Amino acid sequence: MTQSPTPPKAAYRPLSPHLQIWRFHMTMFASIVHRITGVATIAGLLMGVAWLWALALGPQAYTCFLTCASSPLGLVVWMGVSLAGFIHLTGGIRHLIWDLGYMFEPKKADTLAAITFWGAIILTVILWVALFSTGKVQVML
Amino acid sequence: MVELTLPKRSQIKTGKRYKAPSGAKNVRVYKIYRFDPETGENPRWDKYEVDAKAHGPMLLDSLIYIKNNVDSTLSFRRSCREGICGSCAMNIGGRNTLACTKGHDEFSGEITIAPLPHMPVVKDLVPDLSGFYAQYASVEPYLQSTTPDPEKERLQTPASRDKLDGLYECILCACCSTSCPSYWWNQDKYLGPAALLQAYRWIADSRDDKTKQRLESLEDPFKLYRCHTIMNCAQVCPKGLNPAKAIAEIKKMMPNK
Repeated sequence: MTQSPTPPKAAYRPLSPHLQIWRFHMTMFASIVHRITGVATIAGLLMGVAWLWALALGPQAYTCFLTCASSPLGLVVWMGVSLAGFIHLTGGIRHLIWDLGYMFEPKKADTLAAITFWGAIILTVILWVALFSTGKVQVML
Repeated sequence: MVELTLPKRSQIKTGKRYKAPSGAKNVRVYKIYRFDPETGENPRWDKYEVDAKAHGPMLLDSLIYIKNNVDSTLSFRRSCREGICGSCAMNIGGRNTLACTKGHDEFSGEITIAPLPHMPVVKDLVPDLSGFYAQYASVEPYLQSTTPDPEKERLQTPASRDKLDGLYECILCACCSTSCPSYWWNQDKYLGPAALLQAYRWIADSRDDKTKQRLESLEDPFKLYRCHTIMNCAQVCPKGLNPAKAIAEIKKMMPNK
């Protein structure tokens, strides 16, 4: 009886390209942005904690915090954090709609994602217009 | 696990360029992923210049033309050439689809053709789908009834039958599962859109009596809940099905199982 040939060593199998070739979809972009804005919102939360902490440390620390927070750079950071928060909020509503089983058709899902982005931008603009026009926020130079 | 870049030995080098014969009109360039297991070298992108008028309208026609006339070493799967067998699923122009139902005139410029994403490659455009099939088997994709077999077929109302539309048409081409970033990073634990759509096909079937057990077996942080509604599956399904919606329906059923 002839001996059966030894099976060849398991050949190397490379991993096929994924992100390297993928043409992005609106909904895929929205999913990634939802995650990133989630992290940014946590950063905003930590900034809020720093605010309270400064308050607890006394007038000197609080003045120092306010000077930083209302400097042009500080305001840009706050605006970015509020935009991230609103994107994450509207994105969360998008996920609630999906969890109820609606808007799954690709075209509708794309539209929904676009609406949540524009909604977040509009909400952010309204917030900051309101803050500036009521004098609650002033730029300190 | 999330790994945004390709492992060193999977990185793709620049390959050969096959020039079109002189005098060819309507030249299209196909940039095709090549991997030869016998040399064990890194994969490469080969470019084929082909007269688009010389072959039929579909990408599969282009591939067959290249294999017959330009480079016989090119490997790919194909069978029915009419979108029902799912063999020629691959990534064309950055999206997963069936080569046999996608026209080359739907693309402008150079057309990139790669195997289904984030899968082990056997050769060229042929990925190893054994894990994908094992996941399909794990959802027990067959009717399970506790009642004895009737003399004729098991009956179902037209309304119950309608619930299977959009589910039974799946051809298991793997376009959806390999389009899903969650599946890319966790395909050892997450079942993926195709297997979950099939799981729901049996959950939704009025003749199946194992609904509760089927739902319980999916109650797992990875098997089902790695779906984050990225929607790539529904965006690419060549049969126009919606695995994302099927997964959402399973999630909806979970609290009341």
